[in-house]
Amino acid sequence: MRRMMKTTVKALAVLAMTTSIAKAADVEVLHWWTSGGEAAAVGVLKDNLAAGGTGWVDMPVAGGGGEAAMTALRARVTAGDAPTAVQMLGFDIQDWAAEGALADLTATATAEGWDKVVPAALQAFSTHDGKWVAAPVNVHSTNWVWINKAALDATGLAAPTTWDELVAVLDKMKENGITPLGHGGQPWQEATVFDGIVLSLGGDFYKAALVDLDPAALGGEQMAEAFNRLIKLRSYVDDNFSGRDWNLASAMVINGEAGMQMMGDWAKGEFLKAGKVPGTDFVCIRFPGTQGSVTFNSDQFAMFNQSDAGKQEAQVNMAKAIMDPAFQSAFNVVKGSVPARTDVPNDAFDDCGKKGMADLAEANTAGTLYGSMAHGHAAPASVKNATYDVITAAFNGEYADGAAAAAALAEAVAAAQ
Amino acid sequence: MAAVTQDTAVSTGRVTRAFIYLLLLLFALFYLLPLYVMGVNSVKPLEEITGGNMMALPQVWTLDPWRSAWSTAQIGVEPTGLKPYFLNSILMVVPAVAISTIVGALNGYVLTKWRFRGDTWVFGLMLFSCFIPFQIVLIPMAVVLGKLGLAGSVPGLILVHVVYGIGFTTLYFRNYYAAFPTELVRAAQIDGAGFFQIFWRILLPVSGPIAVVSVIWQFTNIWNDFLFGASFGGTSQPMTVALNNLVQSSTGVKEYNVHFAGAILAALPTLVVYIVAGRYFVRGLMAGSVKG
Amino acid sequence: MTASTAPDFRTRLQDWLPKLVLAPSFAVTILFVYGFIAFTAVLSFTGSKMLPNFKWVGWENYEKLWALPAWNTAIVNIAIFATLYIVICTAVGLLLAVFLDQKIRGEGVLRPIYLYPMALSFIVTGTAWKWFLDPGIGLEKVVRLWGWESFSFTWIKDGDMAIYTIVIAAVWQTSGFVMAMFLAGLRGIDNEILKAAQIDGASNWQLYRRIVIPLLRPAFLSAFVILSHLAIKSYDLVVALTGGGPGRATEMPATFMYSYTFTRNQMGIGASSAVIMLMTIAAIMVPYLYAELKEKK
Repeated sequence: MRRMMKTTVKALAVLAMTTSIAKAADVEVLHWWTSGGEAAAVGVLKDNLAAGGTGWVDMPVAGGGGEAAMTALRARVTAGDAPTAVQMLGFDIQDWAAEGALADLTATATAEGWDKVVPAALQAFSTHDGKWVAAPVNVHSTNWVWINKAALDATGLAAPTTWDELVAVLDKMKENGITPLGHGGQPWQEATVFDGIVLSLGGDFYKAALVDLDPAALGGEQMAEAFNRLIKLRSYVDDNFSGRDWNLASAMVINGEAGMQMMGDWAKGEFLKAGKVPGTDFVCIRFPGTQGSVTFNSDQFAMFNQSDAGKQEAQVNMAKAIMDPAFQSAFNVVKGSVPARTDVPNDAFDDCGKKGMADLAEANTAGTLYGSMAHGHAAPASVKNATYDVITAAFNGEYADGAAAAAALAEAVAAAQ
Repeated sequence: MAAVTQDTAVSTGRVTRAFIYLLLLLFALFYLLPLYVMGVNSVKPLEEITGGNMMALPQVWTLDPWRSAWSTAQIGVEPTGLKPYFLNSILMVVPAVAISTIVGALNGYVLTKWRFRGDTWVFGLMLFSCFIPFQIVLIPMAVVLGKLGLAGSVPGLILVHVVYGIGFTTLYFRNYYAAFPTELVRAAQIDGAGFFQIFWRILLPVSGPIAVVSVIWQFTNIWNDFLFGASFGGTSQPMTVALNNLVQSSTGVKEYNVHFAGAILAALPTLVVYIVAGRYFVRGLMAGSVKG
Repeated sequence: MTASTAPDFRTRLQDWLPKLVLAPSFAVTILFVYGFIAFTAVLSFTGSKMLPNFKWVGWENYEKLWALPAWNTAIVNIAIFATLYIVICTAVGLLLAVFLDQKIRGEGVLRPIYLYPMALSFIVTGTAWKWFLDPGIGLEKVVRLWGWESFSFTWIKDGDMAIYTIVIAAVWQTSGFVMAMFLAGLRGIDNEILKAAQIDGASNWQLYRRIVIPLLRPAFLSAFVILSHLAIKSYDLVVALTGGGPGRATEMPATFMYSYTFTRNQMGIGASSAVIMLMTIAAIMVPYLYAELKEKK
């Protein structure tokens, strides 16, 4: 009976298609954008789709930067009931594509010319075996430092551009009696800081160690230096950092309790929401020594295989809507990230956003755009988490020095592969 | 029965009694503290929380966080608040609790009054389902639900909760019925009463206390479940998933007062059940499971 | 004719009915519990990554598992946690039950207060306790605001002490339930026995130690079983309270298993840790069940 119903429905759907009164089916979207601003931003996408006749069935599962959503996804796919579209990060897309679970969007991508406007480093994640499997919504870059302007002025120093200048500023802030570095002790936050440190030791080194996972680079002297710098940064953090949410660390910088925070561009939203103005109340700089390079992570929507023609059409509609320049601009202004297309006008963005877009374009041309280790765009999940383990342990003072931590990192990464 | 429910015959001196009262009150404070923290912070504006003393009473009282959590907070794409998810939870919890309790009662009845060879083994095997960590069963469960065509639906969720609930409900009812005189059942049998008649006329009328225990236990466990709800709930996600979406939002400002209000809202049904049925709970435990 | 066959059929039906009623539950248990355990056991010998696959790798996952420092941390943590949690919960539960049993005025108010934490979900419990224990906003700050400037309570931020904060929150959540079980046990004791002992001149202390506590043996056993399985299953509370931190200081077997299975895409290792957890649970439960069920035969 059930089966008969299904076939009837399918037949009807095909009929509807062929008689070209096609009303596309709904898209069921699994995502973890649930906080006010970003959910509102996704709402724009929903409305755009609705205008084209495609309905939106919402399935939000928040928690742990998408971890809960990915668990739910695994259950859904195992049950043979995959959602039509899923928000996804970096290597997850590749893993699912390798399982053969993702729909091919190449026809749409070619027709719309995506390969000309999406940075190559990003395409590495959106395509699998030469086929487009996901539509990127945004590019977050992670090597940012957010500084309280008043606290910086009080040091009498300029915004730091090298490691030594950074240490000088931090020392001065400490003398001035504030917590120099606002930081939340969660593995991914420490890894975000570490992204910046490694990148500041050179883009090639970053790529060799964290992307190519070269054992010599992972356990070598430069990595030892990176860990020494991380351990050094620990001394500028207050004792109450463990488990603190990143936005509370941002709040410390906003109200002057802390001098600066090393965090991705989503931190900007906190500053803006508190009524702070870029350049006047706070300063956004690239992690000292990384100007010109960008570590990124990108939210994408992957489409899961569907046999139903109506759903397939809905998927295509959704992919087009995501790549629409107007949507990319509107969404990213709200989210704090920058568009995944490089041809979107920057009029709607503030100073930090404009800088972010320029930096992205520059890094894209110069070949210095790297996937962020901390956000799963440099190595697969098993390696990423093994790296987290060592970084967090190092930050919490579990290794005698940087060299010991580097040796442990090389070992942990080897074991996780 | 009535004589047993009286307090102990042990008598105590005045100093000891004062000490006992003091200690009981201190523990009451300990248990109430987190609830106080949540309650008091759910009626403060956000600035007072991030800047101030979490124990202090609000300087400005506001009910906005509660309104927001219930009907306007952003849960997914739509700013619906927790309201629509409440119904999803109810639709799942009520049948799941009812079915697992009825099945547990029947099982307990069979295992005590219609004993057969190997019945303790059957019971022992069934009991182990209480102890299986749910993370383990997630993937195979997904396969089974998919095969049954129940994935992503409320009936699927009900099935999952019934399956992992009958171990407990069977335990409760079995221990409870074990104390019920089997002679009455035999006498009824001789009078020609059938299997269901005996259950319906003789055992069910005295099952009140243990049914309360079973319902409370199942209700709280199922209502508070997150893992199954998020994985198998599909588009009818239960309250806990919505609350998690509210509390765990990845980027953006965290509205702690709304989170606390939402947390209390999500906990209200179970709290009400505990407070209303709490005294039957001890009575039910007394009559059944503990003596077992 | 019909008169002679009908009762025959009826009796036979009556014979089979009880088993028929029990059968679905039993079948469901075999599939959903033992079938799934077997599935997990098989997975633990495969190289499953993101989704299950059946490439046989022998004992490799187990070797990897025991070589991982985080797994050893998890084992040590569960040992500390389970011991403290079970002992403290039982002690607090018993104490409260005995005290509540002394004709206390307001028992009807106190009992739900002790009991209500059991009704709350981990998200609620975790959030509230995380706040309360956080030195920057919680207890430490409040006590300092009250004037005790040197007061320090930073356990949740300290890798060596964080596990004890989980014990506190867990005890808070379930000790009321244990109290209810003991209270039920106490109320079930025949007062005549106590009165007789009092006439013989036994002190209160002796009364409890020699008579009441031995009589509570079933309640102790029930409490032990419920607490130990909650301890081994403890996942939600850890995630909500410390997220396994600081660092990975509060990793537990259940969190370990979840993270390897679902977030690290090393399902084989996750399954092998699950098998070890199940074996531990079985090692505790089987002797208990055996003793309990045999006694009643």
